[in-house]
Amino acid sequence: MKTLYDKLWEEHHVTQLDSGESLLYIDRHYLHEVTSPQAFEGLIKKNLKPWRLNANIATPDHNVPTTRGNNFNSESITDEISKIQVVELDKNCNKFGIKQFDIESNKQGIVHVIGPELGFTIPGMTIVCGDSHTSTHGALGCLAMGIGTSEVEHVLATQCLKVSKLKNMNVRFEGEVDEHVSSKDIVLYLIGQIGTAGGTGYAIEFSGSYISSISVEGRMTICNMAIEAGAKVGLIAPDNKTIEYVKSKSFLDDDTFNQAKEYWKTLMSDDDAKFDKEITIDVSKIKPQVTWGTSPEMVLNYDESIPTVFDTKDENKKNVELARDYMGIENETKLSDLTFDKVFIGSCTNSRIEDLRQAAEIVKGKTIASNISEAIVVPGSGLVKEQAENEGLDKVFTDAGFIWKDPGCSMCLGMNPDQLKPYERCASTSNRNFEGRQGYLGRTHLMSPIMAAYTAINGTIGDPYEI
Amino acid sequence: MKSNSEGLIINGVVAYIDRDNIDTDQIIPTEYLKSIKKFGFEDYLFDGWRYKDDGKLGITKDQRVIDENFILNKNPFNESKILLTRDNFGCGSSREHAVWALRDFGIKAVIASSFGDIFYNNSFKNGVLPIKLEKKEINFLFDQTQQKVLELSINLQKKEINYGKKTISFNVDKHLIDRIIYGLDDVDITLKEKGKIFDFERTRIEERPWIFK
Repeated sequence: MKTLYDKLWEEHHVTQLDSGESLLYIDRHYLHEVTSPQAFEGLIKKNLKPWRLNANIATPDHNVPTTRGNNFNSESITDEISKIQVVELDKNCNKFGIKQFDIESNKQGIVHVIGPELGFTIPGMTIVCGDSHTSTHGALGCLAMGIGTSEVEHVLATQCLKVSKLKNMNVRFEGEVDEHVSSKDIVLYLIGQIGTAGGTGYAIEFSGSYISSISVEGRMTICNMAIEAGAKVGLIAPDNKTIEYVKSKSFLDDDTFNQAKEYWKTLMSDDDAKFDKEITIDVSKIKPQVTWGTSPEMVLNYDESIPTVFDTKDENKKNVELARDYMGIENETKLSDLTFDKVFIGSCTNSRIEDLRQAAEIVKGKTIASNISEAIVVPGSGLVKEQAENEGLDKVFTDAGFIWKDPGCSMCLGMNPDQLKPYERCASTSNRNFEGRQGYLGRTHLMSPIMAAYTAINGTIGDPYEI
Repeated sequence: MKSNSEGLIINGVVAYIDRDNIDTDQIIPTEYLKSIKKFGFEDYLFDGWRYKDDGKLGITKDQRVIDENFILNKNPFNESKILLTRDNFGCGSSREHAVWALRDFGIKAVIASSFGDIFYNNSFKNGVLPIKLEKKEINFLFDQTQQKVLELSINLQKKEINYGKKTISFNVDKHLIDRIIYGLDDVDITLKEKGKIFDFERTRIEERPWIFK
């Protein structure tokens, strides 16, 4: 009768308050430098301490420069304002004794990459972070969601989140995809179908034969972008692949791990579970996806024509007009008519080792197109970077003309120096194509690492089926 | 607990932005998230639309190139307390700075047909009331803005928007609106349940020890 979300909800339910809201116990709390300083300030003002210290894990990721080299520390950041924020995280973690993988650590990285990678995200947990892409951790069978800074303070102070229950949605992906299609295409396609508000108010469980067939990292990409479909929670029931993945990262002793494993096997929706909404998608028909506009729902097959106001329904005409205008789409009719300036491979969506392997496979032995002024690869963490270098992927990228960088959020949101200049067009493996997201007046086209790699080589959106 | 003195009625001129899916990156761009303060974001609200140049944290409105056509730069909308917009307002990033920027500018209520979940939740914690209305009512209000400077009166306790003789009711959970009316602090409320949290935690440590390693 119960969904996976229902089970995780009940498992963590502390009490119901007079207001009707519930207190959910939080197992893991991730912190980064941008959304935590005001929360720590609030904690200090109230003269409180973190409720349970070892629930908290911190790392700087949003502001950090990605050209650091050796002996770099927080004080080495040249942007004075970014430096203040990173130093503030150091101070707060030191003051309270919170475990931090700081800018000098080889394990530093994007918070949603390092959590699972270091074994801090394990199935059945409730996980929060002051970042909307916390839904990523749902891929391991966690109830994970992004929260605001007031809630960061609340979780630090009480180990609980005050929330009302979400509705349940099941998105079933059935079938097999071809070699050019990755989990990024699948989630972009879903967002195109249900819209960026389609999942508002829901926890989305992703299921079906396609989900079973893909890796845990591929699943993270899908849960990561649940928020782009409006759902703050995306989750996937753990299976043997999940357990193997977790085992390979785990710091638990064997006995504890085996005990946990028995519990994790119960984490799935019951056969007769009731969902408020169910969607089934045949993935075998999905082609590589590329966004054309300023919302992730403005997405097309790579070979499709860009919508015009003439072929758009009345209620959407204005959105299309504004997006075309911002994106500088004039006479171009197809995505393949657009000329690109930059390529960004990275972000909490697509900066894991499998993403880098897929992109490297395509650029191997080739050179980036002359119109691409800069193509960068930003590994999601120090460990991803190390692994990629052990496999020689850094060399593959740099030989092709890419710049190989140090880990961080980088050009996904341009809080560090990695930004688009006005009107530059970027092929990006990140998650948001909002106006100005990658830099003032910059133009973002979201796509998979495979398609971004093709675009780097072609200079335009190529046809992966012909190359 | 302090009561919000002007919290029961919100009166004023309605500024309007006729767009769907206004994400929190538009409400406040990432550059300004570098601040470690909780106040002082008013000059950066809708930064990309309000100015014709690129801004930096610390550079104030009087040092910028103002876009005179943007509604919040026009009199009397530059002093609006109410913002009218369309679908899915506040989608995207969880940044509470988006609500802080609206609040610091003086916006006390946002009327839209739907909101991003995280933004909606953040609003109540900062005294900004998000009001969900049916699309036909949103259309009606937009039509009115085209005819004159629209002024509305929002009654928080009655959950009503009054416009001339017309009344539009809205739904919002009582506990959420109480948070705005009484300026309640969530941490204080939750810590009253300290005992229950300790008990829950003690049991969990026994039953699911791997979480606490």
